[in-house]
Amino acid sequence: MSAAATTIAHEAPPQSGPRAFIRRLTRGDELAHLITLVFAAGILLLTSMIVYELWINSHLSRTKFGWDFFWTRIWDPNFDNFGAAPFIYGTLVTSAVALIIAVPLGLASAIFLSELAPRKISDGVSFLIDLLAAVPSVIYGLLGIFIVVPLMRTTLGPMLIHSVGNVPYIGALFRGPNYGVGFLTAGIVLAIMVVPYIISVSREVLLTVPREQREAALAMGATRWESTWQVVVPWARTGIMGSIFLALARALGETMAVTMVIGNAARINPSLLGPGDTIASTIANQFTEATGDLYLSALIELGLVLFLITFILNGLARILIVLTERGGGHPS
Amino acid sequence: MSSPRLMWRKSLNHVMLSLTGVAAFGVVSILFLILGYLMWNGGASLSWSFFTQLPKPVGEVGGGMANAIVGSLKLLLLAAVMGLPVGLLAGVYLAEFGGNTFSFIIRYTADLLNGVPSIVIGIFAYSIAVLPVKHFSTLAGGVALGIMVIPITVRSTEEFLRAVPGSLREAAMALGASKWKTIATVVLPAASGGILTGMLLALARVAGETAPLLFTAFSNRFWSQGWGQPIASLPVMIYTYAIAPYDDWHRQAWAAGLVLLGLVLLSNLGARYILARTKVV
Repeated sequence: MSAAATTIAHEAPPQSGPRAFIRRLTRGDELAHLITLVFAAGILLLTSMIVYELWINSHLSRTKFGWDFFWTRIWDPNFDNFGAAPFIYGTLVTSAVALIIAVPLGLASAIFLSELAPRKISDGVSFLIDLLAAVPSVIYGLLGIFIVVPLMRTTLGPMLIHSVGNVPYIGALFRGPNYGVGFLTAGIVLAIMVVPYIISVSREVLLTVPREQREAALAMGATRWESTWQVVVPWARTGIMGSIFLALARALGETMAVTMVIGNAARINPSLLGPGDTIASTIANQFTEATGDLYLSALIELGLVLFLITFILNGLARILIVLTERGGGHPS
Repeated sequence: MSSPRLMWRKSLNHVMLSLTGVAAFGVVSILFLILGYLMWNGGASLSWSFFTQLPKPVGEVGGGMANAIVGSLKLLLLAAVMGLPVGLLAGVYLAEFGGNTFSFIIRYTADLLNGVPSIVIGIFAYSIAVLPVKHFSTLAGGVALGIMVIPITVRSTEEFLRAVPGSLREAAMALGASKWKTIATVVLPAASGGILTGMLLALARVAGETAPLLFTAFSNRFWSQGWGQPIASLPVMIYTYAIAPYDDWHRQAWAAGLVLLGLVLLSNLGARYILARTKVV
């Protein structure tokens, strides 16, 4: 690199005229600036194009169904009648189940890794957990089909029906036929998939909490747990919220693993054990067999809905994480 | 001293702290149990013919997924050719040229693009690369994966360029190098290990993507001729084989799962190794 730098130093001074202009442009910073700027702007263009394509290609469905698309509970390709309510319901329910399982587990693990475990063990475990976040979703789907679904059908499902199923109010969630596939199974698989995200981000946020905060709490006579739960966690709460939002965005948009274990039925099933469908799984399942233009357009509108939801959630999550890392997350 | 209140606080302390330990241990062991199950099942189903033969018709036992392995590699090649240069140059812009507001917008957009569900990227690739020509193609699959590569590459490139110390840039400038020469001959080489790592991680991530390929590259039970034909890929094969009702297909799905996981984890480990070896100054 020093060789290249010295040749520049010996170069002749710039001349005038059109040739010199071209030379200045081909060697100069202006051109490099321009080219990289074009590519950077390309990202903006690409994202706008995605919105544009989703918007115009869902035109048929948008004009025909309007806002009713969101509340209509019927999805009937044979009679060209499309409503997204069952899939929005499925998406929300599976994501909620996933978060209910994954947030306590993930947060507890992150607290253990950042507050209690020796640094070496903590780093080692985090490395393994980061690797797990790289496992493709279709592999989680494969494991879901052959481990979680049979477990649900033979053990977990009947157990839930006989215990929680008799409790008033929430019992309704655990009644009815148990096929093994369904909302709960999809939620469990999703929980396994998003737990690494929650652990990894939360741990990092917890590690940024200043040491003095812990010491001050301990000096006041707090126990280790009190210092963690009443001082460290509140300090990091914005970042932890960010990690949960990221996990939620991931769970909402997750396609393959859910498609493989949710049972694929376009209805609003009051039981968590019943089969259903999410927005993403419906697109994955039906896109290639969509025969009519309206059918395809309705599926693309589902894609648009999914895009907007995750776009907003991701935006919020980023803002929260940035706020914490700047130290602004601490309650003032 | 040991009032009931203090006893309660102390026992709560112990209970909660042990619970966090149990949670951490539980999560890690569940995750590794299922991966161990995959290794065990996949290892039992893996054979030499898996790598060398085409899929057999339904009912015939045996066969392999040679076409899907080659297909995945071809799709990755396309994704690399389309996505990596865009990501690299945009990353250079953000780290070296960008101002404040515009860079912030680009960075934010890249993060959001990274969070767009892969199935939506699939719809987009379908509408720009499949709808106009009316058939599924390798190229369309490559477009979908290429788009997903961009945001990851941008952010990692920017991060590693920023890690290059300013003194290196100043030294090059002091010798009379223009800004562009400085970037191309000093800054980029200094950050090359990190940038390469980021690229490898981006490719490893899209290697396992299934959803965007379902209606772009589709699938193929034979060798794919040229870039305009539908093509098989490992993730899509795992999906189709896993949901099929045949035991032999399930075995093949396990084997394919193991091969795909090995590919992804090895490139992740390789990327981290490169990074550790070529730590920026």
